[in-house]
Amino acid sequence: MTTRDKGVAQPEARSSLINDPQVRAVFFQVLLVAVVAFVGYVIVSNTIANLQRQNIASGYGFLSNIAGFGISLTLIDYAETSSYGTAILVGLLNTILVAVVGIVCASTLGFLIGVARLSKNWVISRLAYCYVEAIRNVPLLLQIVFWYFLLLNAVPNARNSLEFGGSLFLNNRGFFLPKPVFGDGAELAFWGLILSVVASIAVKVWAKKRQMSTGQQFPVGLTALGLIVLVPLLCLAVAGFPVTFDYPALKGFNFTGGQRVIPELIALVTALSIYTSAFIAEIVRAGIQAVSHGQTEAAHALGLRHGPTLRLVIIPQAMRVIIPPLTSQYLNLTKNSSLAVAIAFPDLVSLGGTVLNQTGQAIEVISIWMLVYLSLSLITSAFMNWYNQKMALVER
Amino acid sequence: MSKNILPLALGAAMGIVASAAAAQAGTLDDVKAKGFIQCGVSQGLPGFSNPDAQGNWTGLDVDLCRAVSAAVFGTPDNVKYSPLSAKERFTALQSGEIDILSRNTTWTLSRDTSLGLNFAGVNYYDGQGFMVRKDLGVASALELSGASVCTQTGTTTELNIADYFRSNNMPYEVVAFEKLEEVVKAYDAGRCDVFSNDASGLYATRLTLTNPGDHIVLPEIISKEPLGPVVRHGDDQWFDVVKWTHNAMLNAEELGVTSANVEEMKSSDNPEVKRLLGVEGAFGEMLGLPNDWVVAIVKNVGNYGESFDRNVGPNTPLAISRGLNALWKDGGIQYAAPIR
Repeated sequence: MTTRDKGVAQPEARSSLINDPQVRAVFFQVLLVAVVAFVGYVIVSNTIANLQRQNIASGYGFLSNIAGFGISLTLIDYAETSSYGTAILVGLLNTILVAVVGIVCASTLGFLIGVARLSKNWVISRLAYCYVEAIRNVPLLLQIVFWYFLLLNAVPNARNSLEFGGSLFLNNRGFFLPKPVFGDGAELAFWGLILSVVASIAVKVWAKKRQMSTGQQFPVGLTALGLIVLVPLLCLAVAGFPVTFDYPALKGFNFTGGQRVIPELIALVTALSIYTSAFIAEIVRAGIQAVSHGQTEAAHALGLRHGPTLRLVIIPQAMRVIIPPLTSQYLNLTKNSSLAVAIAFPDLVSLGGTVLNQTGQAIEVISIWMLVYLSLSLITSAFMNWYNQKMALVER
Repeated sequence: MSKNILPLALGAAMGIVASAAAAQAGTLDDVKAKGFIQCGVSQGLPGFSNPDAQGNWTGLDVDLCRAVSAAVFGTPDNVKYSPLSAKERFTALQSGEIDILSRNTTWTLSRDTSLGLNFAGVNYYDGQGFMVRKDLGVASALELSGASVCTQTGTTTELNIADYFRSNNMPYEVVAFEKLEEVVKAYDAGRCDVFSNDASGLYATRLTLTNPGDHIVLPEIISKEPLGPVVRHGDDQWFDVVKWTHNAMLNAEELGVTSANVEEMKSSDNPEVKRLLGVEGAFGEMLGLPNDWVVAIVKNVGNYGESFDRNVGPNTPLAISRGLNALWKDGGIQYAAPIR
């Protein structure tokens, strides 16, 4: 367009800058940036002025003050004398715990249901259909509260715990299981585990190379499983089994000893996993159906059985369709974990809220929340983007 | 739940931004201009602030807001209520969402200073206690080692529990919920051995449990909890109005002025009564209120003792005796500065 206008319209363009598309574009962009910057400035300066006028202390200095409240689940050392900053860190780790466990459970369950949904068995596919429709159409908060109060009301109290094999106990205070205590020499098993993982990877690389050159296959999975189970066991045997178990026992009000999983965590992970799995199931179904039937027929024609066809031909292609929406489900699950506040699970929002209320530093705490959830989401999506690229169609 | 807090907190942040111009005017003028008082109350605590069967808010804390309304407008009904969780309450007040926070709130140094608030007196002297199931066979809080304790987040209760168990070297587990209603449900369902709250709150919530008779309140009181109305820091006139409304109710009780006899008392010979009821002097005007402000308060809401008896006293389901909350001359510590 510019080339055509050059000869004819040049005098006009010089006469009116308003009609110059480039000038206009720059003008409006500068205007937009200026407006955004001005709004930002007004918000920040007003906030600061108002906080000062109302004598509300501000800044992040409060993070090093003593928190003074207890937390029911801590992955790191925390006591009432720890700082607010530590309390928030405890919350962050609890959120990550829920997100990671939730993502693993939701993915496993979601893939199973998604495949079941496509099953030729009428009962299985209808059951999967009902599951998906029922679960994804009930609000998540209701499901969380449902599982929590189901756990509290349907499960007996500590003195009448359900017992499994004398060492596992379930009651409305949580799930108690024996906790391994590692004595001297146990670190040998740890090194053995690392060694076996490295060896398994080496076997995998070697097997792939061999298959490429000779076409012969090698049972990599079984070998790796054997290595990872047997080598650490062997190391333990050499060290004389320095592992003892700390069994939970009823003492006073509750069980002490052993490893305890609090009911809030169980309810939250169950609800989040089940809810998200319904969405993942639909994504998986859509992904598998997106692979044309010709691929299945071609694989069958080459003599592949149903299992390998699914594993080697269909799923890798389906993954390309599945991963992007799956990423957003993972992000949803992470963010939805903030609903934990309804059932007293000490996650980031819940503990941050307590800190907010004890200190009154609303703006600071909210900024921490936003920053943390943003970072968690960006990290998750960066990982999934990397995975997506890896799975993407390699074009030659 | 998070849906509840976030917008409020964000709104509060916005409110702090937006209230720049509004708050300058002074809350009393603002209140007069808009024609009502926005009063922050609890989400339902029988005896203190709780909606009755008709949906009207009643309770000791509610009466204070009604009394301020009577003092300012001559009628106790120009009040709008905002039910707030423990966590939301201060932000709502700071941001100007509400004019008074009258929500069984403990007066502490940090709240008085770094939160930018002012406590306008103590309308209920409370202390924190523990409630347990009778069948646990516990008779003292010192036997609670290893117990799970249900409480509300963001309260002094949470901090007192930590202090108490720590100083007595007892392990414990705290399960902190956002709403009182959830704490009670979880305790009722057996999630915790112990429910801890201000003693008045324990008696109030015991009524709402499935079998109130199965639970006992332990004798120990582990903290001082002076509960009172709160206003924003930096607005002395409004602070005075709320503070003196509370004082007026106490003085009325002390001088024997009740809702039944307030008209006759106007002709009393007692100079203190005359000053209280605005027959002598211009004390209402000094506060920026009509001169008969106390008449309006007592006629419509009653004196402190009437309010106490009506809401939490021995003839109510809560059956709380006056105790510390009796007037100073009756052995309590409720003591109001004189009007003169």
